[in-house]
Amino acid sequence: MISSPKSGPDLSGGGDAPRAESWRQAVTNAVAQPVTGPLLALVVIMAVFSLTTTTFLNVGNLSLIFQQSVVIGTLALGQTLVILVAGIDLACAAIMVLATVVIGSVAMQGNVALAFGLGALACLAVAALNGIAVTRFRLPPFIATLGMLTIVTAGARLYTNSRSYPISSDWLMLMGSGPSYGLITFSYGSMLWIALTLALSYALTQTAWGTHVYAVGNSPGAARLNGIYVNRVIFSVYTLAGLFYFLAAWQALGRTPIADPSGYQAANLDSITAVVIGGSSLFGGRGGVAGTFIGTLIVTVLKNGLTQAGIDSLYQQIGTGILVILAVGWDQYFRSGRQS
Amino acid sequence: MSDRRIVMQGVGLSKRFGHVVAMEHADFELASGEIMAVVGDNGAGKSTLIRVLSGASVPDEGKVLLDGEEVHFRSPLEARLAGIETVYQELAVATEMDVAQNLFLGRELRKPGWAGHWFRQLDKVQMRAQAAEHMRALGIRIQSVRQKVETLSGGQRQAVAVARASAWGRKVVILDEPTAALGVRETRQVLDLILSVRDHGLAVVLICHNMPDVFEIADRIHIHRLGRRATVVDPKIVKPNQVVAIMTGALDAASVPSALFAPVPA
Repeated sequence: MISSPKSGPDLSGGGDAPRAESWRQAVTNAVAQPVTGPLLALVVIMAVFSLTTTTFLNVGNLSLIFQQSVVIGTLALGQTLVILVAGIDLACAAIMVLATVVIGSVAMQGNVALAFGLGALACLAVAALNGIAVTRFRLPPFIATLGMLTIVTAGARLYTNSRSYPISSDWLMLMGSGPSYGLITFSYGSMLWIALTLALSYALTQTAWGTHVYAVGNSPGAARLNGIYVNRVIFSVYTLAGLFYFLAAWQALGRTPIADPSGYQAANLDSITAVVIGGSSLFGGRGGVAGTFIGTLIVTVLKNGLTQAGIDSLYQQIGTGILVILAVGWDQYFRSGRQS
Repeated sequence: MSDRRIVMQGVGLSKRFGHVVAMEHADFELASGEIMAVVGDNGAGKSTLIRVLSGASVPDEGKVLLDGEEVHFRSPLEARLAGIETVYQELAVATEMDVAQNLFLGRELRKPGWAGHWFRQLDKVQMRAQAAEHMRALGIRIQSVRQKVETLSGGQRQAVAVARASAWGRKVVILDEPTAALGVRETRQVLDLILSVRDHGLAVVLICHNMPDVFEIADRIHIHRLGRRATVVDPKIVKPNQVVAIMTGALDAASVPSALFAPVPA
């Protein structure tokens, strides 16, 4: 670093903003914070359901919403990583389901540890294949993971002959249990979700790897010119996402102790919805897990609330779809606003 | 100026792409603490020369000397490790990241002690402090090193890229048309910044199309023509129209005084 002070060109571009403008600047900054929008949306949606239904706003239901969020939330953490590098993983829930049926079938033979290990291996291997397809073979992530979705879904059905496996091991169902206080349950699954959110948030904001993930998503060219191995970062992201899908599989077996090859089909898109509503940009390089955490709650609150309000599940899907479009529109609006 | 030490030298460099000869027996020299402008018509092979010097291309023939030692760069990373930093025309900065993050991109500092060792925690405080100090030393005034680069003007972004290169380049900074996309006032600021980088002791290679800019800040001018060095001239002696005439072949390079320092080794 050069250290001797010296006069030079003025690049301040207009100097300091006048004081009267500072509150406006503060408001603008707050609105531009990626978490502000999702948080406001969550509060508004919860307020609406609280006013329009009698059953939404009570401790038991709110606790239930949290439990319903756990699997989607953990999938969405992996999805966030992939979306931060301007990718997308359409197969995330399918990979998770594959892990559940591998675990379920092997656990039937009696060896729970082996089942657990093979489930993890299946998740990591398939996720790493996604990473190889995107980096080495330069396939668009959308196509690579769409293909993987079809392959893994069909593969899981072939593997199981379309039957499901009941889960009986306490260890495999651990994530569904946990201390209870009256109507509130603190499941180990939800604790794991929170812990994973914090850990991933740390990795993304406090480590060089996290910085490189954002740089690769923001501008792969600049990252490469600065000596970052772009493909290595992308591969690490897809593979690490696989670890999250595996942990989601564990949580899923805790919530519903059945390994069903045709389960969780909506979760692929739900996880993407959670990430996008949470303010992460599909163009990469912007967003984070705090937003995804809130985005997940929005997705679940919407489903839960609309059910409480007695609205058909097809309308629920329309509602979620509108929300995704609004979220992406919000992102586009801010993006184009800054560039002009 | 003639007692200047030669930092970087290219001798008999050639590069062919199939049948196309992009560079043939081109020579190059760069002395410590100077700004060497590289000018040439489109297709003269400037880019090929710069790519070879910055490690982006491997020459078919010839050699590159750094401080008198022959070097063989196979990638920009190797050139960078040897002390040569390059600012490319585009894609030089990550716009969603702040100024400090950009200055340290790919070279992040970790916290000392267990937090850095076991938890790989970045030392953001230290990086911001060093970034601010470096920007101040170069006289680049921005509101904060925590500002996202996308909030900066084109000139400021280029300044960040140049600051980054000068922070890490120990010997040579190569700038590929740093003012190409800038307005008059911003160009002025970036030119001042380049002078400031030179005055801090780095040798600067400046690829530039704009003759007035070249004559304003260059210490010497390398004129490239038909894949090789036509000559090197002193802008205080030679006129801009003569440089253009040599570039286009209208004037014989031998008709103006050469500003070369070192005899070209055989």
